[in-house]
Amino acid sequence: MAPILNISDLRKSYADGFEALKGVSLQIETGEIIALLGPNGAGKTTLISTICGITTATSGSVTVGGHDILSEYRAARAMIGLVPQEINLEPFEKVINTVRFSRGLFGKPSDDAALERILRQLSLWDKRDNQIRELSGGMKRRVLIAKALSHEPRLLFLDEPTAGVDVELRKDMWEIVEGLKADGVTIVLTTHYIEEAEAIADRVGVIAKGELLLVEDKASLMARMGQKQLDVQLSEPLDEVPAALAKYNLTLCDNNRTLTYSYDTRAERTGITKLLSDVSAAGLVLRDVVTRQSSLEDIFVGLVHDEEEAAL
Amino acid sequence: MNWTAIKAIYLFEMARFFRTLAQSFISPVLSTCLYFVVFGAAIGSRIQEVDGVSYGAFIVPGLIMLSVITQAISNASFGIYFPKFIGTIYELLSAPVSFLEIVAGYVGAAATKALFIGVIILITAFFFVDVNIAHPVAMIAFLVLTCLSFALLGFIIGIWAGNFEQLQLVPLLIVTPLVFLGGSFYSISMLPPIWQTISFFNPVVYLISGFRWSFFGAADVPIALSLCAIAGFTTLCLLIIWWIFKTGWRIRQ
Ligand SMILES: Nc1ncnc2c1ncn2[C@@H]1O[C@H](COP(=O)(O)OP(=O)(O)OP(=O)(O)O)[C@@H](O)[C@H]1O
Ligand SMILES: [Mg+2]
Repeated sequence: MAPILNISDLRKSYADGFEALKGVSLQIETGEIIALLGPNGAGKTTLISTICGITTATSGSVTVGGHDILSEYRAARAMIGLVPQEINLEPFEKVINTVRFSRGLFGKPSDDAALERILRQLSLWDKRDNQIRELSGGMKRRVLIAKALSHEPRLLFLDEPTAGVDVELRKDMWEIVEGLKADGVTIVLTTHYIEEAEAIADRVGVIAKGELLLVEDKASLMARMGQKQLDVQLSEPLDEVPAALAKYNLTLCDNNRTLTYSYDTRAERTGITKLLSDVSAAGLVLRDVVTRQSSLEDIFVGLVHDEEEAAL
Repeated sequence: MNWTAIKAIYLFEMARFFRTLAQSFISPVLSTCLYFVVFGAAIGSRIQEVDGVSYGAFIVPGLIMLSVITQAISNASFGIYFPKFIGTIYELLSAPVSFLEIVAGYVGAAATKALFIGVIILITAFFFVDVNIAHPVAMIAFLVLTCLSFALLGFIIGIWAGNFEQLQLVPLLIVTPLVFLGGSFYSISMLPPIWQTISFFNPVVYLISGFRWSFFGAADVPIALSLCAIAGFTTLCLLIIWWIFKTGWRIRQ
């Protein structure tokens, strides 16, 4: 299937000359959830704004559902829903009115049943006649989502949907995203929370300083870098790794009290049983055994760090 | 044309107007009453008829123009400045709408509000003076055109303005003087020749003159010239707006 979103060599320099996007290319398939991770100022919002028509690209091209965002902007934008990072809402407007406005603005005939379904899904139905200033911060964020969903987009951008949102609501948000995915909506979300990407994304992209450093299937990314470590804590410190254990490539740390073994969880044999029996055969006394898995966070921090070092 | 979008913008803007209906009407009605008391009754009683019309009746078209122009500009400039100010403009920019549709929605709503107020003032005027309208159709046409063209100007001001002070600066510094010196309260022929010449560079003179013609059948400038002036002004505003959206000036980075 053709990608729903095709970004090729997108560049954006702001009026002050700052280059916020340095040639980003990315294809997004219909129905997937992609999480864009990146530190503050990486260019995540700029990327989304450029696709949605809020800022203009300096060069490069974008198509949405095969429609160029400039020459066929009507067809392209009609497919897009955008939940911006900032909470931009008219404080004195009623919830239902602003959602109805959004639907009309995108050229969809009014459909009260559809709006009711969306507001109920976001637990906003009881608040529909309240003015927006009477809502809590989390509710306002959900109003933004309701507005974006009001015209039934096929491609939804969520710019930090869970920033400043409590744990409970974050879980709700993830469920909403799952529900949208089930309806076949393609979702691009940006986040600073690795666990969020880990929890809901199919693919993960990492952006830093206007460049897309990596885009990879979450599972393979985890697997590729998803080594596990086994820490064997000893009751007595060692001077060096015993020769009998040399084949395991152990490292000695924690004041020589811990032996660390790296292994691949997907390998047929992890070698743990053998290692542990060899450890006791070598006469070492175990105090504790701990396993650790590198998370996306480790990968992400590693990547951004490498990039910074390369820049030096 | 995305008519649904135009309607959505129009209704959304009109809803804001109806929410504050009382406020919207009280101030123009009150100031019109004051004008009638001060200019119509107090000063007017010492002024002879102007062009064969009592002074009280003579100022009615000018008063309506004054309010309508002020209202059209302030409604339209606020209407588009507000989304820029609170950030909701992101939605307009990311919607499948053209600049024409955005302008039609915002300017249409601002012009409608101004028209409402113009009509209210006309009704108020009937309580103070006898007004006969010689050319009712032309009167309505002039009123509608004025509302539209100044709403377009207001829209430009709203896009240009970077803060609330600037939003009020243009109406205060440029429009109010032009309207007051445009013959709202006097006939251009009452001025010394040099000021008459200067007045003919004031576009508002043509509007008020044409509008007054629709009431009393007499005008300072030929009616055709008035129509050309308003058409030219509207075209100029439309061209500027077209350029704004083409270049994204002050709205799209
Ligand atoms: N209007 C603008 N004019 C000039 N520079 C801008 C503008 N908007 C953003 N930038 C710059 O572009 C860079 C990328 O900003 P952007 O908002 O895209 O980052 P982000 O990845 O969304 O960050 P965050 O995680 O903080 O939201 C930043 O250095 C920012 O200062
Ligand atoms: Mg951002």
